[in-house]
Amino acid sequence: MMQDTRIRADVLVCGGTACSASGSQEVMKRLREEIAKKGLSEEINVVKTGCHGFCENGPLVIVYPEGTFYVRVKPEDVPEIVEEHLYKGRVVERLLYHEPTTGKSIPTYKEIDFYKKQKRVVLSKCGAINPEKIEEYIALGGYEALGKVLTTMTPEQVIEEVKKSGLRGRGGAGFPTGMKWQFAHGAKGDKKYIICNADEGDPGAFMDRSVLEGDPHAVLEGMAIGAYAIGADEAYMYVRAEYPLAIKRLEIAIDQAEKMGLLGNNIFGSGFNLKIHIKKGAGAFVCGEETALMASIEGRRGMPRPRPPFPANSGLWGKPTNINNVETWANVPQIILKGADWFRSMGTEKSTGTKVFALTGKINHTGLAEVPMGITMREIIFDIGGGIPNGKKFKAVQIGGPSGGCLPESMLDTPVDYDSLTKVGAMMGSGGLVVMDETTCMVDVAKFFLNFTQSESCGKCTPCREGTKRMLEILNRITSGQGTETDLVVLEDLAKTIKVSALCGLGQTAPNPVLSTLKYFRDEYEAHIKEKRCPAGACEKLAQYFITEDCKGCGLCARNCPVHAITGEPKKRHVIDQTMCIKCGTCMQNCPFKAITKK
Amino acid sequence: MKTVADLKALREKLQAEMQVRSDSGTKVVVGMGTCGIAAGAREVMAALLDEIAKRKLQDVHVEQTGCIGMCEKEVLVDVIRPGEDRITYGKVKPSDAAKIIGDHVVNGKIVQELVVGRIERQKK
Ligand SMILES: Cc1cc2nc3c(=O)[nH]c(=O)nc-3n(C[C@H](O)[C@H](O)[C@H](O)COP(=O)(O)O)c2cc1C
Repeated sequence: MMQDTRIRADVLVCGGTACSASGSQEVMKRLREEIAKKGLSEEINVVKTGCHGFCENGPLVIVYPEGTFYVRVKPEDVPEIVEEHLYKGRVVERLLYHEPTTGKSIPTYKEIDFYKKQKRVVLSKCGAINPEKIEEYIALGGYEALGKVLTTMTPEQVIEEVKKSGLRGRGGAGFPTGMKWQFAHGAKGDKKYIICNADEGDPGAFMDRSVLEGDPHAVLEGMAIGAYAIGADEAYMYVRAEYPLAIKRLEIAIDQAEKMGLLGNNIFGSGFNLKIHIKKGAGAFVCGEETALMASIEGRRGMPRPRPPFPANSGLWGKPTNINNVETWANVPQIILKGADWFRSMGTEKSTGTKVFALTGKINHTGLAEVPMGITMREIIFDIGGGIPNGKKFKAVQIGGPSGGCLPESMLDTPVDYDSLTKVGAMMGSGGLVVMDETTCMVDVAKFFLNFTQSESCGKCTPCREGTKRMLEILNRITSGQGTETDLVVLEDLAKTIKVSALCGLGQTAPNPVLSTLKYFRDEYEAHIKEKRCPAGACEKLAQYFITEDCKGCGLCARNCPVHAITGEPKKRHVIDQTMCIKCGTCMQNCPFKAITKK
Repeated sequence: MKTVADLKALREKLQAEMQVRSDSGTKVVVGMGTCGIAAGAREVMAALLDEIAKRKLQDVHVEQTGCIGMCEKEVLVDVIRPGEDRITYGKVKPSDAAKIIGDHVVNGKIVQELVVGRIERQKK
């Protein structure tokens, strides 16, 4: 497999889910064909990589050694890239990324604003290597951390190093990872398990998927290190079945690692064994909760159970089990190789390292960004994310998914770390960031997230099953103009009760979007209730249609109104009876003079 | 794979393949404008690549660039060693490749008779 050093250029094509959906496979095929046609196959490699995070600009093609970064490449563009760049050495200017504010073209990706403020640790190999070739992972130091722990460290020393690094769980709650390992290490039992939680159920989140697709071996290596530390010889990857590409890459990775003896029996001659299984989840949000997840692996219905006992003492099939999130695992090999002090040098005192965020919603650069902890929300949204599109104003950001909270403009300078976010009523969560502009109604947003958690509620405990339903009914009333002031009191009361009485994290956090919007956007709730008005103009049922002075009195609106709410004399301005209007919008569609407005 | 030493040995072997993607090392840039190609730039590049492969040099990238306007001096080849000035060679023939790689790239000795330009190192 050793290749000739005659290779002078590598052409990297993103093979992540988003770029594949926008046609990167075709682009890659075409590249190989055109390169062969030009007789350049001997000197140029085409490499399929994982996600670069700049998804909205995909398919991405990067040409090394120059590092030229081409965006939105279509198969038709390929002959030009091959002829001009690969054959003649001329950069294809029109395919470069153009900075939206200045229109300037940016030749290489280190110079793009989106990447400048990022600190790519977990994502350092995503997009830089071919995830289906273990050799590329090894070439960059892969599996050396595992070698180091198996041959030079005791399990206690490994746990100590992870504790010292300050690493906290990236799956949501932020529990200190080293401490969790210590519990499982200390638990009595001859059989123990390791689990990787790759259920990733938050709407809009795709960090874990990208890591698995782009650098699967980092996660496997992390799990192997954890297994050694706690004394496990069997592990499960719990991946949602909607992630077929991640599953395929994991299967390939496990197979390659086993063939090389980096997983399996007697790894590095140390006597340590590890078998990693893949378990596909059916995609229920609650199955991301650790006790429900374990029930699901055991073949039972995915429902949470009360803790204690914690998984560390009684987990999978009643055995001591340690479960961590994908991103948590992916950090482990680098901590072992570069040391706890290196890790602590990034982030803040209590939130060390970096965090990967998925940027979605009303933001210019949707995609993945990895930042040092402690950076502000404003930097993520405006400096990295490029701000709000179409000249609209920022209104709020939902951080932490359906379990998190909505933060307004005034909170944008909050540092992004576990404790600061919790203090202002949001939470780190798994890293989903949904940005909203001025046209978004905050009551509607709360309704959206509650609708999600309500339908994902497993139904086992009453507060979650019944409580979220009642809350949702109230929100529906408010957004359709039927809300009363008592509704607000009951809504808040229910929210607080469910938070403290629900069985698992799903119910305990489901009220957060409602509570945080009530805290920061109470005036919007009140406008819906007292004035029957949606300030953002988003709630259809509260919209009011008016006929302006431009009306010529043609009568088309009145004739088309299904409830006869419009009256007026011919050639004179007509009026809409607001008490009869059903807000269907038919009048507006039919007016030839654009004389009907919606407020 | 039996030991950590095996892994390290394999890594060293594999690193060469990934070298193209690192931004360290010496750059050799061949002018590939229409004029350059007509003057034999592809043959020169092939000779440079062969020489690099023959010597198993790992920290050297061969890049291409378009026409820089000195067409009568084609084939143009630039050599940029880290921290040193950019040296431009003109009228390079495939037979010069061994000298450029051997003397300049490897040993830092500029091949004076071929030099047509020199750009001072950019100070950051
Ligand atoms: C409703 C619910 C859904 C969850 N979904 C996920 C998930 O998709 N991925 C994840 O890693 N953790 C999820 N968690 C958190 C897990 O229960 C668990 O805390 C986590 O996997 C521990 O790993 P960590 O310490 O590395 O973060 C969820 C929790 C709840 C309550």
